[in-house]
Amino acid sequence: MSDAATALHHPAVEPVESPLTPESWGKLGMWVFLAGDAMGFGVLLASYGALRAGSVDWPNPAQVLGIQLTALMTFLLICSSVTMVKALENLRKPDLARAKMFLLLTALGGAIFVGLQAYEWTHLIQRGLRVFGNPWGATLFGASFFIITGFHGLHVTGGVIYLLSVLKVISRVPDMRYNYMITEIAGLYWHFVDLVWIMVFTFIYLL
Amino acid sequence: MADTHAKHGPSYMAIFWYLAVLTVIEIAVIYLPIAKLAIGVLLVALASTKAAMVALYFMHLRLETKTLGYIALTPVAIATLLVLVLLPDSLHAPHRTADTKKIEAPKH
Repeated sequence: MSDAATALHHPAVEPVESPLTPESWGKLGMWVFLAGDAMGFGVLLASYGALRAGSVDWPNPAQVLGIQLTALMTFLLICSSVTMVKALENLRKPDLARAKMFLLLTALGGAIFVGLQAYEWTHLIQRGLRVFGNPWGATLFGASFFIITGFHGLHVTGGVIYLLSVLKVISRVPDMRYNYMITEIAGLYWHFVDLVWIMVFTFIYLL
Repeated sequence: MADTHAKHGPSYMAIFWYLAVLTVIEIAVIYLPIAKLAIGVLLVALASTKAAMVALYFMHLRLETKTLGYIALTPVAIATLLVLVLLPDSLHAPHRTADTKKIEAPKH
């Protein structure tokens, strides 16, 4: 074994001893990814604000978009965040059956959210909202609405697939510690999707 | 595992109710007979509180290492800078909101 390899295996220089070393590399990786993704959403929302501030005829979202439906969608995502933490809590006990049930409920909440979003889009398109035009005012209102809510909807769709994949893995792998770790990392992604919706709901629908 | 300490502090159900109540308050705020700027400030404050609650309690950020906290704060700092950069131009724009009640699209 070379000197470098010997040094790497010496207890004094084990990576875990470093204060910068995370408890879980997977968790660190997910946080870095989420930070990058948050910047993407941040840019979209800031651009939306700049476009809206520079427009003389921006439609009033509260009058044009359905707030009751999106409030229900917000409530649904908050509920799915709770079922996600409950899944993790049950994996720690460990109660695999209940954890799987909560994980499935979380994915179901996400699927219903996407379904409601499809319904909302269909309704708005029927009322005349297009990417490059609408009957109410500024042309870019439609573009910004579809891009931002669509980008978020894609995240939810990806999240549902991700959660179902995790569900499949924890059903097959007997290692509870590993199952806990991958569920915790998937949970970070899911809560982030919820967090972003809180901002989208406020900026696109309420302000 | 951060979750092992999750029992300290408010329960998940308590956070759920806080988030639900704050959402109802947000919807009520838009109908308040106050200045639009005040409504905007209130909405941003409420949304930021909700987002912070999700990050701190559901994502367990309050129990994580400082490194993860710094990573989470980086996009917040960059987004704030971005808004500050765009603000001078936005404030000078002749902004107004269209009265969409007068222009209703044909129903299908």
